Amino acid sequence: MGRIAVKVDDLTVAYNYKPVIWDIDLQIPEGVLMAVVGPNGAGKSTLIKAILGILKPIAGSVTIFGKPYKSQRKHVAYVPQKGSVDWDFPTTAFDVVLMGTYGDLGWIKRPGLKEKKRALEALEKVGMLSFKNRQISQLSGGQQQRVFLARALVQNASIYFMDEPFQGVDATTEVTIINILKELRKAGKTVVVVHHDLQTVPEYFDWVTFLNVKKIATGPVKDIFNDDNLTKTYGINYKVSVQK
Amino acid sequence: MGIIEYIQLVFSDYTLRTITLGTAVLGAVTGMLGSFAVLRKQSLLGDAISHAALPGIALAFLFTGAKDSNVLLIGALISGLIGAFWIRGITTKTHLKADTALGLILSLFFGFGILLLTFIQKRPDANQAGLDKYLFGQAATLVESDVWLMAFVAGLCVLVLLFFWKEFKILLFDKDYAQTLGFNTKFIDALITSFIVLAIVLGLQTVGVILMSAMLLAPAAAARQWTNSLGVMVFLAAIFGASAGVFGTAISATQNNLSTGPVIVLVASVFVLFSFVFSPSRGLLFKRIRLIRNRNDLELQKTLTFMYHIVQDHEDISHPHAIKILNNFRGYSRKGLKKLIDKNYVKVEGEMWSLTEEGFLRASNLYNQNEKDD
Repeated sequence: MGRIAVKVDDLTVAYNYKPVIWDIDLQIPEGVLMAVVGPNGAGKSTLIKAILGILKPIAGSVTIFGKPYKSQRKHVAYVPQKGSVDWDFPTTAFDVVLMGTYGDLGWIKRPGLKEKKRALEALEKVGMLSFKNRQISQLSGGQQQRVFLARALVQNASIYFMDEPFQGVDATTEVTIINILKELRKAGKTVVVVHHDLQTVPEYFDWVTFLNVKKIATGPVKDIFNDDNLTKTYGINYKVSVQK
Repeated sequence: MGIIEYIQLVFSDYTLRTITLGTAVLGAVTGMLGSFAVLRKQSLLGDAISHAALPGIALAFLFTGAKDSNVLLIGALISGLIGAFWIRGITTKTHLKADTALGLILSLFFGFGILLLTFIQKRPDANQAGLDKYLFGQAATLVESDVWLMAFVAGLCVLVLLFFWKEFKILLFDKDYAQTLGFNTKFIDALITSFIVLAIVLGLQTVGVILMSAMLLAPAAAARQWTNSLGVMVFLAAIFGASAGVFGTAISATQNNLSTGPVIVLVASVFVLFSFVFSPSRGLLFKRIRLIRNRNDLELQKTLTFMYHIVQDHEDISHPHAIKILNNFRGYSRKGLKKLIDKNYVKVEGEMWSLTEEGFLRASNLYNQNEKDD
């Protein structure tokens, strides 16, 4: 295994008094496609938001390729939960994807031809080119998710954090998304996905982190995705036997 | 007074011209900025800020003794800003939701403001009269320098919008994402909020603290109905706001000097009502019409499909069938049949019907076509 893409040390985040994630140590090797699994309220989204600096941790540090996150921002792309934005916002699918170029542009500069071309390419990659001028509220849930994915692809990052990209999408979109994720891995990118469907973990991912406020386990799916860890994480006797 | 006479008067009469220009510029600025307030789901923020400005006006008067509107507006600006940032503070630092924080700050500041106003009124001082004009506004007190100030703020606002357009847009749509891209969202946020406060304070003299929030919301809510583009929305909101100012002033000036502020707000509300009903894409009327039309179209298609299934059993598609059979089909109506004849899908002779070549083809393609449209 090569470099460590993301290194998290002693990370603790709390809303008010109750810690949401507690003392997380985590190393994500470069080039893995990793699922973060755990019950509701386990702090999966919080972990990602804390890594990305959206939430301020109480303690702990995060490095990306050995350097603090702030200096490595351009290497990191984020796909938030679909429900976190207002899809009735007056804008088009193309415009949303174009937002992925804003980071490179920096303050004040407007996206030009080059940026627009990149946005169109990303839309095509997720199979949404023909919807580019659609008002975003007129897209289906799966299509909205693909637009979000395209926006992250435009960033052309090395590490992708995705918060439940498979939530509430139809089979077509799920296949499109997982194929893109696998392509990203093939290209040597690191992808971290908050995931809910335990059944598909062995099929989709090669790396997994079990989280329930504390980190339960992290490692290759084939080694640690077993009933023991599932039981520890979900607190009930889990009988999802891993299909080898 | 006729319209032409009135327009002549606007150009010749200094006071009327000043008021018309002032309310127009004010409407444009509040319309533009109101779009942002509406899209951030902070519609009530304007209401809270305008109420929060009242104690600032009273305190500025108490400290300086001056009734110069600019001095009082600085007071309003300061207390409006304090109110706005307290609201943000309350929502980020406590469990309270935004509506609670807004209501709290609104009533606290407004109560304090009214208290100060009554205190001022009880003082044995002839100078106090007129402060209560800030409650409902008094457009007639606008002077040229007020209009210049508004125009300056309007220009500044347009410049800032053009400069930070992309930043504003991404902040409004997806704040967390904007932050991961490296934008200082707190700065953009503060910039928008400050401009909203500035616009509100500018409008206090004209529209007053109580109705000011309508100037912010109504043009934006109306504009949202007509477009799916943020740029067009902001532009339209400015136009609506300015028109509300011009028409409101006209109505108030020609009708026995009705109070200008409330009339402007009412005109803006008429825009909202009109937009809610008549906007082509989101309006209630056209939505209803589209629904009925779609349903009729579907019924027609279903009738054609029903006929197609009957015809299919015969080798010759032009083989006539009794119209009576169609009564078995729920969606069938004489009117529908006539439409199908008009479209040349069906031929009727006497009490018998048959599908035309065209109708047969259309019916056999219906299912596939529905799929394609999807």
